[in-house]
Amino acid sequence: MFFPISGVQIDPVYLIVCGFVIGVLGGFFGVGGSFLAAPTLFAAGLPMNFVVGTDLAHIVGKSIVAARKHRALGNIDLKLAAVMVIGTIAGSEMGVQIIELLKKAADVTLVVGLVSIIVFTGISLFSAWESWLTLRLPGNPKGGLPATKDTLAFDFFSKSIQRLKIPPMISLPHSGIASISLWAVLFVSLVGGLFSGFLGGGAGYIRMPSMVYLLGIPTHIAVGTDLFEIIISASYGTVRHAMNGNVDILIALVMQTGASVGAQIGANLTQYFRGPHIRFAFAPLPLLGAIVIAYGLITRHHA
Amino acid sequence: MKKTSRRPLFLAALELAVYAAVVAAYVFLVLHLLSDWLKQLWSDRRDVYAFVAISLMIVQAIGLEGITSFLLWFLRQRRR
Repeated sequence: MFFPISGVQIDPVYLIVCGFVIGVLGGFFGVGGSFLAAPTLFAAGLPMNFVVGTDLAHIVGKSIVAARKHRALGNIDLKLAAVMVIGTIAGSEMGVQIIELLKKAADVTLVVGLVSIIVFTGISLFSAWESWLTLRLPGNPKGGLPATKDTLAFDFFSKSIQRLKIPPMISLPHSGIASISLWAVLFVSLVGGLFSGFLGGGAGYIRMPSMVYLLGIPTHIAVGTDLFEIIISASYGTVRHAMNGNVDILIALVMQTGASVGAQIGANLTQYFRGPHIRFAFAPLPLLGAIVIAYGLITRHHA
Repeated sequence: MKKTSRRPLFLAALELAVYAAVVAAYVFLVLHLLSDWLKQLWSDRRDVYAFVAISLMIVQAIGLEGITSFLLWFLRQRRR
């Protein structure tokens, strides 16, 4: 089927099936799924600047569906989400500006592709290593745990950050955190937003692990809160990219029809798994995205 | 017992089949009715295009979630 805005020919069934798979993964892992959606769109022949914007648009719809499910499961910390939105939007704006500069000065596809590969591989390796250690901890409970309880093998960063006393301090009772610096939360969200605007997607692949490893948020709450926050940050990113002509909304709408069902299934599945299991299962996904992008860069396939 | 355990699977498959039919019709309709207009907006009025794009996505997300919830409820009612 021909999509006139981006001028590419893509089978709508391919988009719907990809949307469904990405929806399941996104709902389960609390990420927008851009580490898979972006390579999928790129592999279908969409130019990289359209990939970034279109991916963001599709993520908005899918995250609305998944976040509503997570809200019903009690996995959203609204106070944390409200604070993070500020940093994310600022970071997202910075990322969009970098993309615009790159469009004029360099090969945007190559630069975004290479940065994606490095970031995705790093996250993948760290998540695999940490969750594997956690699962091997002695006395690690086998049964289900409440969403606010979680175990981390590597909590050095989160403990250190929670000890920082840079005012103003805030409490996040829903996430089980008595006191944390507002600046720490803003910094993590700013970095997430920067990647969101630059690489596309909601940057959940950065923010969800950052919330767990840097802020000490329990995995289930990180998943739900991240999805809620992605709605706002991805909406902002979509509008900015659409104004620059980087969104093919027809492709995003078709993809979202599959993602809508997948996201509900994924969100419901989280209640049957513990935090370390979710993190361990998450680990290979960014790596998969990196491999697909590397393949796309090598072949430079365009329909 | 066996029959009871197969029921949710049957309902899920039926829901997916009905949903697929609805979505196929919807996609066909949206692509045919909106594509030229959206392409025009994308070329001439980017600010309006951005607003329309995000609005379409939000409305579709809420609408599709409503459809799946309704289908699930309706099929469960029918099976009782």
